[in-house]
Amino acid sequence: MKADQFEKFKGSADYVISDALKNAVNVSIVLKRPLLVRGEPGTGKTLLSHSISVSLGKPLIRWHIKSTTKAAEGLYVYDTVQRLNDSRFGGKDVSNIKHYIKLGKLGQAFTAPEQVVLLIDEVDKADLEFPNDLLNELDEMSFYIPETDETISAKHRPVVIITSNNEKELPDAFLRRCIFHYIEFPEPPLMEEIVKVHFPDIKSTLLKEALETFYTLRKIDDFRKKPSTSELIDWIQALMASGLDGKIKDGEIPFLGTLIKKENDIDFYVTHHVKKKAQTRGYNVYGN
Amino acid sequence: MFTPFFYTLKDKKVPVSINEWMILMEALDKRLIRNMSEFYYLARAILVKSETHFDQYDIAFQEYFGGIAPPFEVTEELVQWLTDPRNRPDLTPEELAAIQKMDLEELLREFEKRLKEQKERHDGGNYWIGTGGTSPFGHSGKNPQGMLVGGPGGMRSAVRIAEQRYFRNYRDDVTLDIRQIKVALKQLRQLNRAGPEDELDLDRTIDATCKNAGELEFKWKRPRKNSIKLLLIMDAGGSMEPYADLCSQLFSAANSLSHFRAFKYYYFHNCPYDVLYSDIQQRKGEPIEHLLKVLEPDYKVIFVGDACMAYSELMDRFGDLYFHGYQKHAGIDRLKQFKSHFSHVVWLNPETSVLRSYPTVQIIAKLFPMYNLSLEGLNRAVKKLVSKL
Repeated sequence: MKADQFEKFKGSADYVISDALKNAVNVSIVLKRPLLVRGEPGTGKTLLSHSISVSLGKPLIRWHIKSTTKAAEGLYVYDTVQRLNDSRFGGKDVSNIKHYIKLGKLGQAFTAPEQVVLLIDEVDKADLEFPNDLLNELDEMSFYIPETDETISAKHRPVVIITSNNEKELPDAFLRRCIFHYIEFPEPPLMEEIVKVHFPDIKSTLLKEALETFYTLRKIDDFRKKPSTSELIDWIQALMASGLDGKIKDGEIPFLGTLIKKENDIDFYVTHHVKKKAQTRGYNVYGN
Repeated sequence: MFTPFFYTLKDKKVPVSINEWMILMEALDKRLIRNMSEFYYLARAILVKSETHFDQYDIAFQEYFGGIAPPFEVTEELVQWLTDPRNRPDLTPEELAAIQKMDLEELLREFEKRLKEQKERHDGGNYWIGTGGTSPFGHSGKNPQGMLVGGPGGMRSAVRIAEQRYFRNYRDDVTLDIRQIKVALKQLRQLNRAGPEDELDLDRTIDATCKNAGELEFKWKRPRKNSIKLLLIMDAGGSMEPYADLCSQLFSAANSLSHFRAFKYYYFHNCPYDVLYSDIQQRKGEPIEHLLKVLEPDYKVIFVGDACMAYSELMDRFGDLYFHGYQKHAGIDRLKQFKSHFSHVVWLNPETSVLRSYPTVQIIAKLFPMYNLSLEGLNRAVKKLVSKL
């Protein structure tokens, strides 16, 4: 198969993407391997799957992982409590176990009538063994339900996107099967593009000043949580909504709370940076 | 193809497996890769599974491909662009001929030359290094063959990116932050059933219901909880001063992790003698004999210290530098007591220099498994702590 013979992911209008990531997505589609995406919070890991779904015109199935999620839940759940209840108090046909087998997200992706994009979001939130429990299912794209003696196999191999925040190390066996991409924090020119996608008619002066302030803040290493893209977007939205276009001055950051979320960080910023500047330049401290 | 590159990667300690190498071959076979730059990213996406190894990958890439001048598909286009009269209407044929020969080295030399000549920031235009414009140097420019100076560029030469070693800060043998320590410590766990019975035990419920002639009867079980108890014992002596930050990070990570059934910490000075201190100023002391009585043997013990001291401080009964009083036991005997009382003890050593061959370090390392206080070392220590004896 040649590279141009498959449906290629080209990015979508509302999601700015680097060439490297675009290639990684396409390779994972062609090689039929899950794509593991890692990166700082707020760099658009989750949005990537939306963009792929839009660009390829395939439905998106989202499986959000929590600390209590078990791998088996993604395949199917056998609702024994309901069946017990029905057997005691009457209800559906208890003798047919199929009534009580509910397919999980992975099961839904396998049985979908067309190829889907399956997002397994924040895989590292779950138990350490979670990814290992999914190895075979993701490899073979099928699983077996002992209760009904059925094998569910994928009619159309889904495009699998997995995101991780690196809270837990993922097992090697799992990693070996994935294509990996680390989303770097965007440099200013790319960031400009991203902002323009969200706010097509933003004034260039505001954009310039906002980005300048934003990257200055990001340079402060002592923050517990550095502001990221999603915070920048929120902040610019607030700036535009309030009509404060282009009136950001040194050290006076309106709506600071949208950029910096941790109380400690705000305190730190106000005491260490604003006051210092204010003293040397004679400004008033804003928002203290 | 490129098989030596595989071994270069292995050499640089990038954990690649044959499995992944075959995937890369498949990708090459399917002609997914058109140029060097794509190869750089795709090989990385397929072979390297953590940004902590990106730096080693860059070094390996540079070593393997750096020696070869990158296949300069660029030169041709560059020449084409340069020969286009619209771009350089005032070039003489001699100049054009000179440009045609421009290879990577010349490009680099030219770049350095212009960098020296240039005194200020420059945007737009077609000669100086800057943003925008059509000069081959700079970023965000229109010249597709150009050399990237900071910022992202469409045509970054792969070797050049590798050379920049952009991911140096992500290496896991170098840095440790609180979050990373937490991730490592979270692996310290042994799940046991404990607490109130509030989880439905399905199997027993079905059993009981059947025995009860179909009348529902619920059975409950206790949820699983982590049963690990952690004891952190840190050296707060003078020679540990350079590592104070590192130790306090380890401490705050362990302390803020509400993950252990119990967490206790103590300090000592150079070597534990009769007393451990519960504060860093070492005023509130608790006799070790008492501690060994009240702390159960299933506490997992982590010592943190450089283990560097005078031989006598460790081996002599009156070796304590700070309190020249009477001690019941020499430091080494105290450590042996820890070893015999607790089933799992490890020693984390922040000192990685020549001091690691110091005699007292050697003695202590014989007593307890000793690891570097780095992410890798911590992970290995944690594995040791949860291992079965």
